[in-house]
Amino acid sequence: MSQTLERAAPFAFGLLVLGLWQGIVWALGVPPYVLPGPIAIVAAYLDDYAILNPALLSTLTVTFTALLAATAIGVALALAMAASRLFRAAIQPWAVILQVTPVVAIAPLIIIWVNQPFVALVVCATIVAFFPILSNTAAGLAATPSDLLDLFRLNGATRLQTLFLLSLPSALPNFLTGLRISGTLALVGAVVAEFVAGSGGFASGLAYRIIEASYRLEIPRMFAALVLLGISGILIYAALGQLERFLLRRRDGA
Amino acid sequence: MLSINGVSKRFDNGTQALDGISAKIETGEFVALLGPSGCGKSTLLRLLAGLEAPSSGGIAWDEGKQPGPGDVGFVFQDATLLPWADAAENVYLPLRLRGRSRSEVAGRIAAALTQVGLADFAHARPKALSGGMKMRVSIARALVSDPLLLLMDEPFAALDEFTRHRLQEDLHALWRQSGKTVIFVTHSIYEAAFLASRILVMSPRPGRIAADIRTAIPEGPNRRSAAEYISLVAEVTSTFRQVMPA
Repeated sequence: MSQTLERAAPFAFGLLVLGLWQGIVWALGVPPYVLPGPIAIVAAYLDDYAILNPALLSTLTVTFTALLAATAIGVALALAMAASRLFRAAIQPWAVILQVTPVVAIAPLIIIWVNQPFVALVVCATIVAFFPILSNTAAGLAATPSDLLDLFRLNGATRLQTLFLLSLPSALPNFLTGLRISGTLALVGAVVAEFVAGSGGFASGLAYRIIEASYRLEIPRMFAALVLLGISGILIYAALGQLERFLLRRRDGA
Repeated sequence: MLSINGVSKRFDNGTQALDGISAKIETGEFVALLGPSGCGKSTLLRLLAGLEAPSSGGIAWDEGKQPGPGDVGFVFQDATLLPWADAAENVYLPLRLRGRSRSEVAGRIAAALTQVGLADFAHARPKALSGGMKMRVSIARALVSDPLLLLMDEPFAALDEFTRHRLQEDLHALWRQSGKTVIFVTHSIYEAAFLASRILVMSPRPGRIAADIRTAIPEGPNRRSAAEYISLVAEVTSTFRQVMPA
């Protein structure tokens, strides 16, 4: 009973807030170009879905391509750092520098250097997204139980055997945590890059639609695009969470 | 089996863990390395396994007894099983690492699990096993490659008293049947007295062998109440009183 209640709670709360919002908009007669109510936003989506849906698809394509690239780069760097202390010492500070530099600040440069717009967006989103995968996977690899490492040594295991039979599976939970964080960051990175590129005039994603709508004071459409972004973020986070639970249950047994 | 010749171990941080340890271990002995925390008994076990090198002195193996990979079975204080592998797969691991195929050694895996009383739990993951059962899997994993020497590092220290007694009895029976050489680290006088055919009493800071006691307790269900057992416990206890620094 209490579990069903807990599951329903976020939806009930959301509905309550939406109802209040719509009520206030009606009661105070707020004009839609200042704050549209939920009904106006849904209406805007139904009017403009032919523009908004392709824009969403474009943003999601950038997001997932960037997430794949971030996973490949993050895991590869984590493996190299686990294999060589010298490499770790050389790379770690630079990864942190890349992480703390706001992508808004580097995006214009990347858009100038990479003249293929899709690739430029993916590069920006990848820079934002790869660090949690790198740091979590590296931490997981470093935390391989030392007794098991001894056991592998005693039985004459090769480095590859130790990697595939021990280190990688034991780092799996950390990697999946990093992946979940990176999934939402990839979306953020894609949107930020689209904002910067949008003024360059070659973007087709949701962020570009948001800028466009704000210039034209089409505030309901702007909100509709925002809602699509929010829902995408939640779905990515939830889907990666499901993947995490599925893989760990498969790994460790029910 | 092997001789430990004046082995000393000083760690990089300056701690002198072992100082001039010498002993000769015969094939088929069950040797307990008994001492308080910090006496270097686990370090000595790791030196014997080849996981660490002595600072001075050396370990000489008898003709034909020099162990290769898998010839030393090691049981750790924790069961250290792969959590994603079931019992049979965990037992298979040492053979897998040496390139043996699963079907080729299926019989040996089943035999090792039967030896520790877990024939019915081959497909259970560690999560589904109790602490004592996990330790049994760990022992089966150490036995499956039929090692010349079995090294055990306080394997029962984390178990409750009842489970510990059961495992001690089973290990003792297993040693008597198989005739393997076992070196067993413990800080329990009762455990050493019950299990071992020989007790090396170690004193701490730096680790030294303080006494070398051979035991003779009659076999049978009443080993724990035998007069020889009780007098052995008393003897070891008084040895400690003499050698322990105040």
